Amino acid sequence: MQDNKMTYESIQTQLVSRAKQLLSEGKVQRVVGWRKGLFDYDVTPSLFTTADDLEKNFVYSEWCGANLSKYLVKETRAIETAKDTVRTNNAMAKAKDPNAPQAAEPMAKVAVFLKPCDTYSFTELLKEHRINRDDVYAIGIPCNGMYESVTDNKTAEQAKQIAERCTVCKNKMHITYDELLCCDDESKATARSFGEKDGRFDMVEKIEALSSDERFAFWQNELSRCIRCNACRDVCPACTCEHCIFDNPKSGASQKVAADSFEENMYHIIRAWHVAGRCVDCGECSRVCPQSIPLHLLNRKFIKDINEIYGPYTSGSDLDTKPPMLNYKAEDAEPSVVYSRDKSPADSTAANGGN
Amino acid sequence: MYTLPLSQLDSFFEAVGTKMPLYIPQDNTSGKADFVRWTKGAHLSKALKTVRSAKDFFLPKTETLVSYKLEGKKIEIDDPRKELEDFVVFGVRACDAASFAIVDNVYIKQTPVDTYYKNRREHGVVITLACTDPAQTCFCKLYDIDAADPKGDVSAWITSDALYLNANTDKGNKFVEAALSLSKQNKLSLSESDDKAVSAQQKDIRAKTEKLPFVHLDLAKFAGSNMMNVFNAKLWEDLSHTCLGCGTCTYVCPTCMCFDVRDFDTGHGIKQFRCWDSCMYSDFTKMAAANPRLTQKERFRQRFMHKLVYYPMEHNGLRSCVGCGRCLESCPIHMNIVKVIKAVNESSDVPVPTTTKGAN
Amino acid sequence: MESEAFIPYIGVIQDIRQETPDVKTFRVTGRDGKKLFEHIPGQCAMLIIPGVGESMISITSSPTIPDYQEFSIKKCGCVTEWLHSAEPGQEIAIRGPIGNGFPVDTTFKGKDILVVAGGIGLAPVHSVVNYMLAHRENYGKIQVVYGSRSKQDLVFYKELTEDWMKRPNMEVDLTIDKAQPDWDGRVEFVPPYVKDLNPDPSMTVIMCGPPILIKLTLGNLKELGFKDTQVFTTMEMRMKCGIGKCGRCNIGNKYVCKDGPVFSFDQLGELPAEY
Repeated sequence: MQDNKMTYESIQTQLVSRAKQLLSEGKVQRVVGWRKGLFDYDVTPSLFTTADDLEKNFVYSEWCGANLSKYLVKETRAIETAKDTVRTNNAMAKAKDPNAPQAAEPMAKVAVFLKPCDTYSFTELLKEHRINRDDVYAIGIPCNGMYESVTDNKTAEQAKQIAERCTVCKNKMHITYDELLCCDDESKATARSFGEKDGRFDMVEKIEALSSDERFAFWQNELSRCIRCNACRDVCPACTCEHCIFDNPKSGASQKVAADSFEENMYHIIRAWHVAGRCVDCGECSRVCPQSIPLHLLNRKFIKDINEIYGPYTSGSDLDTKPPMLNYKAEDAEPSVVYSRDKSPADSTAANGGN
Repeated sequence: MYTLPLSQLDSFFEAVGTKMPLYIPQDNTSGKADFVRWTKGAHLSKALKTVRSAKDFFLPKTETLVSYKLEGKKIEIDDPRKELEDFVVFGVRACDAASFAIVDNVYIKQTPVDTYYKNRREHGVVITLACTDPAQTCFCKLYDIDAADPKGDVSAWITSDALYLNANTDKGNKFVEAALSLSKQNKLSLSESDDKAVSAQQKDIRAKTEKLPFVHLDLAKFAGSNMMNVFNAKLWEDLSHTCLGCGTCTYVCPTCMCFDVRDFDTGHGIKQFRCWDSCMYSDFTKMAAANPRLTQKERFRQRFMHKLVYYPMEHNGLRSCVGCGRCLESCPIHMNIVKVIKAVNESSDVPVPTTTKGAN
Repeated sequence: MESEAFIPYIGVIQDIRQETPDVKTFRVTGRDGKKLFEHIPGQCAMLIIPGVGESMISITSSPTIPDYQEFSIKKCGCVTEWLHSAEPGQEIAIRGPIGNGFPVDTTFKGKDILVVAGGIGLAPVHSVVNYMLAHRENYGKIQVVYGSRSKQDLVFYKELTEDWMKRPNMEVDLTIDKAQPDWDGRVEFVPPYVKDLNPDPSMTVIMCGPPILIKLTLGNLKELGFKDTQVFTTMEMRMKCGIGKCGRCNIGNKYVCKDGPVFSFDQLGELPAEY
């Protein structure tokens, strides 16, 4: 980080100290954070329940790209289920005997550390009622860019550069939170409003400008490496379906190494459609892909198109606006918009036998 | 032992690769390596290991087991098995080479023999390559695998100026004979040599592997007699908490060998095929009435119990892990077998077994 | 080419009998009208309906029958439903035999045998009982305690009442869950019935039925003095290859398809309770 700015290490100390405080005061019983690995780069998202564990193993560094918001779905569900169980048992006991002792509902709250981009998916998940707000204590923390991920296609050394998604950071402002830690006014000063030209869609535009054949070849090359591990789906905050179509053996697209490459492509296209309008462009899909496939480009294409067709929209930027794909308006574009949009000039060039 | 000047390596590959299918690790567009069939202009990658292991040659991602044609009440069966031609895989590291024996134990030694796998094993000539520069994530030595002496049909070493080859098996001897004759035909200088340079390199490699961080982990707690203690330990809940169940570890692991069997309607009949599967997936043990592994904790635990305890119990203490380090590099949330071993070792829940009674 | 477990036999359904409203027995031979393969009582076969699915079904008939094999199958899923609407002459693909079978020629020899079954669970042990009846001198008393939802759901009712019940040194105790007008026998769940019958704790026990029946009966048997080593059961897990290679059906270090499906309770006691 730059001079005069806090180092990740000093921020880490403050986060650990605050988490320990919340635990000891009984304000939360669990903390979702990042756990030190065997080396510096293999940080694991993890649950902490003791001060000792936090002190020894919590880490906040440039390797903490992992978006922790999605883990809250499972966490708050467990909390609510525990409460429901006690309530049900109490009601049953009371029905048998009006003077039966009533057990106290378990106190449970989970704290989570959210970087600015993580708060977008947190907000979106709240909007979709996937997280119970009352069970979460969200702490917004600053971020000055995270490293790429070490994958099958990148060594630790190669990964030690600011991730592409961080170079087009949406915003250093947190959207939804209970408190902010270590965030100075400067982070608010550098907040960007969505829509500014910032290079976010540069690669998308480059691919759009290719001819259909070139575009197909580009994606075939990338997607042919797909091993259908489904890590992109598993980590995506927009993918929280109880019964995912890709787990349904009758859907013909269920999670197994593909019977043929058609299925490999369909998986990505289907998933991009399913998250359209809800994807917050957090970049986790590309970060976790063990084959370094730039999946986020598919989603960015959707975001760019939605901006153009339905008006500028940033998923997760507030708790109220309905996503364009879930909101019908009479003036919505007709399906024929697909045909009326300009063909890529490269296609006409190709059709005319090249330059 | 035979040697070839390193400057002739590409020509050597050409001489072999034009006569029979030859696969060598080659760099891909993302800067890592894959086993790719040699074609003119291909170069040997300098990467330590390939993204996926050499098991792909013997256990492909998918393969047809049998085909059916249905007509009225009748069924016709089509046996898709064919005699393969011999092929050569060059550049397999000691870890991947050791994995073949682990898979052979189940697919060949255990009846009934899997003839699809056996056929490929019989026709594959494995030329292993010693690792001059092991990575911090490597721990093959933990399982007594010697990166300096990688086994296989033929072992190879590359020094600053030469390639050395040493046949270990009949298949290896046959290959070396063929290589010698091809070398003569193509005016290459493959010739007999002493093993001085190789011994020096081996000494060097062994000094390096000795210092790697995970080669001295204690595996005493993972004895068969301790199975229930390891199984019932509370640590699995924490370890598996953020596991995505994506199965990436399974795909890159040289010793993972589970598969699924499915039908595919081709329009002209039914193809029954098998494809890689992962015990980390939610439907792996799912039955109509129940699922013995309902949450990720049970599935996560199963994978490591199998590799470190169950498999060794059935196969004389041989662990189903070769220390290649791929899971350390590939897991999206950075969980891996080393973290599991360390967690079990540090847990007071799991005692060190006092006896060595029962299969180790 | 070498024989391969994944290349199945072609079986022809020669005959279909309705046993109960949802159970049918299928008689299968090869195209040459002869038995497809030999088996040990308790072993199973993978019945494959290409395009529909495949299921592991225990071989109901005793291996002492020379000319055919029979499968008694309950209708409860895709494959079984398809089979229930099949007609004689229909061909199916079969892989087998699969599993370890019961130790009829070793552990069971010379013993008094108690068979406890519920519902369709009688089908796998039917093979064992008929095998023992064909080698009668090798076994002592044979007692079958069998229960089902109703009289109509008692499989092999005719064989039970007109054959087994009439054999010397053999006892057949039937029970159903709920009273009905055309039944004047016992009305009770199997586990308490077993307790009431107070079988001699020197008997060797085979149990096959729904998990709850097994659990409760085992508890009662232990109270009566039976040991884990004397009680055998069949385990069920999701299976694909059936030959111990796909890695799916394990309980601890044992594979249900290869080291089972027959296990004694002391063997199960050494394995993690992940079933």
